[in-house]
Amino acid sequence: MKKLLTGNSAITYAVTMCRPQVISAYPITPQTTIVEDLSEVCSDGRLHAKFIRVESEHSAMACAAAACATGSRVFTATSSHGLAYMHEMLHWVSGSRLPVVMVNGNRALGAPWSIWCDHSDSLSQRDTGWIQLYCQSAQEALDTIIQAYRIAEELLLPVMILVDGFFLTHTSDTVDVPDQKAVDRFLPAYKARYKISADEPHTFNIMADTSLFISFKHEAQKAMEEAKKVAARVDREFKAHFGRGYGLLDKFRCQDAEVILFTMGTAASTAREVIGDYRQQGKKVGLCRLRMFRPSPVEEVTRLLGGVKKVAVLDRDNSLGAGGIVAQELKAALYGAARKPKIYEFIAGLGGKDITPETIREVIAKTLKQPNPGSHPVWMGVQA
Amino acid sequence: MKEARDLVNEFLDSGHGACPGCAMPVILRHVFHILGKDTVAAITAGCFGTISGIWPNSPIKLAAYNTPFASAAAAASGIRASLDMQGKTQTQVLAVAGDGGTFDIGIQALSGAAERNDDFIYVCYDNEAYMNTGIQRSSATPWGAWTTTTPPANLKNQPKKDIVQIMAAHRIPYVATASIAFPEDFSRKINKAKSLRGFKFIYAFSPCPVGWRFPSEQTIRLARLAVQTKIFPLYEVENGERFILNVEPEGQPVGEYLKSQGRFAYLREGDLERIQENVDREWKRLMTRMT
Repeated sequence: MKKLLTGNSAITYAVTMCRPQVISAYPITPQTTIVEDLSEVCSDGRLHAKFIRVESEHSAMACAAAACATGSRVFTATSSHGLAYMHEMLHWVSGSRLPVVMVNGNRALGAPWSIWCDHSDSLSQRDTGWIQLYCQSAQEALDTIIQAYRIAEELLLPVMILVDGFFLTHTSDTVDVPDQKAVDRFLPAYKARYKISADEPHTFNIMADTSLFISFKHEAQKAMEEAKKVAARVDREFKAHFGRGYGLLDKFRCQDAEVILFTMGTAASTAREVIGDYRQQGKKVGLCRLRMFRPSPVEEVTRLLGGVKKVAVLDRDNSLGAGGIVAQELKAALYGAARKPKIYEFIAGLGGKDITPETIREVIAKTLKQPNPGSHPVWMGVQA
Repeated sequence: MKEARDLVNEFLDSGHGACPGCAMPVILRHVFHILGKDTVAAITAGCFGTISGIWPNSPIKLAAYNTPFASAAAAASGIRASLDMQGKTQTQVLAVAGDGGTFDIGIQALSGAAERNDDFIYVCYDNEAYMNTGIQRSSATPWGAWTTTTPPANLKNQPKKDIVQIMAAHRIPYVATASIAFPEDFSRKINKAKSLRGFKFIYAFSPCPVGWRFPSEQTIRLARLAVQTKIFPLYEVENGERFILNVEPEGQPVGEYLKSQGRFAYLREGDLERIQENVDREWKRLMTRMT
């Protein structure tokens, strides 16, 4: 059924239909309405789940992890400082191989304080062992949550779904909310393969000595490698069920493109329009939105960009002293490619600064015009 | 109370790595025994987390889940919720943490779970310092004690945090202090906690031969002395209101207790009297709360 929903409402619908049994969450802007609405659906019986009103994000994740380890499907959501506060637990969850699913409303990390969007919060958690899927619309967020449980539970790895704070969480859009029965067919009731149980007592997460620790990590790495195939397959199956699919990379007019704009999140929907304008002028410009950041879809990226002349990377984040994180990842992915494009790096939209059509027009114009990229990323919209 | 060696249902087996004379395995062995097989434990960093085996061997025969340092209570809340959703409301959930995981790094999660009145038993074994990392002061370290971070020139200069009053102020169904030198009282309290729903806090005194600097055969004697000197009163609090003294101490002076431990070897002239005064004052304050 089609509904007019904010991103956060669409997320709440999706979570409710996935039937988690335990939710523990702590409110933080811009994720707050997810917590409020889930508390509501757990209270009025629309969702049969325990909602634990924890006192912090660290406890939110510790609680969700332990509930998951005890055999329940779980959910939590956070943003920015909340995600940073969870950092230790994020490692713990992937190390424990728990299929926890979480939504993070992308928001800048202070200081100075900012409640507005950028990707520095989730990208600085890139090494915690979570699958990261970045969305550009409320519909995609809803669909990706349903997919995420399938991916997480098959691989025993946690999945983080990323949605741009305010741009996605708080704007309204028409969303096709699937039928509960259809979701149940796609995502059956949860049955944990391993769980803490008094009937079959084991000690979980006991110390691994120096000869074994590395092997546990290697097992998780193999599962992460597998995640690319699994996520692609789940996306195809989702399309067969619901008529919508997204791929690991979301490509727009890339077929004969000589220049490709490479970015994540809602900036891509703004870019689509600009790419259309350039195409009308006869410029061979395309767009690639990176949907799966972790694991890094190296093969797909190499296949798409290996033959392209120039790639403009628009990072909504910055690693101080190193540059945009998406650009770094892209360069690493392309290192082994036979033919490598020139990479033009742009930093934009930190702390919620609008990435307007003009911003993107300028990024593409600079890339088209300059024969070679500069030695440093170009910062867009910085006050002189 | 049976002799410890006669316990038939052992859930903390030999093979753990605790130091000789450590009170903590004795505490937990009895807690596990009383709670029984239908129990799931959340274990945090600290001495117990460290001594409980190396993969794939575990001396814990109960279902147990290790969680990072600050999160014993939060993990126990998650386990409880998950079990309840599976209809396993009769399964006991137990959180185990030391004084570091309880008084300090874990107090936020502890307070959160207590305020929610989540249904599990939280057992704190208090060895009065960060013993697992090698005897650094905690907020449970008593005034005048030596630790590696309160060296002789700078002994602990603050009183011990009153965790029992803090927990009682949450108005949870049950808070009790417990000592292995008083096993009947100890087991009665665990049984009582087991019979109640909601948040139960058991605060167990855990003498540490290595950190307190005393011979390992003195553990029970020091546990008893702490009670008899009124340093560690045995009492319980129901619903944050009903305070009950369980053992009337002999009221021995604190001198023997202090002199039996190397950590108090650096006390200066007048310090012993000061400690005695403090113990007497705290006792008097506690007695005014008794029902």
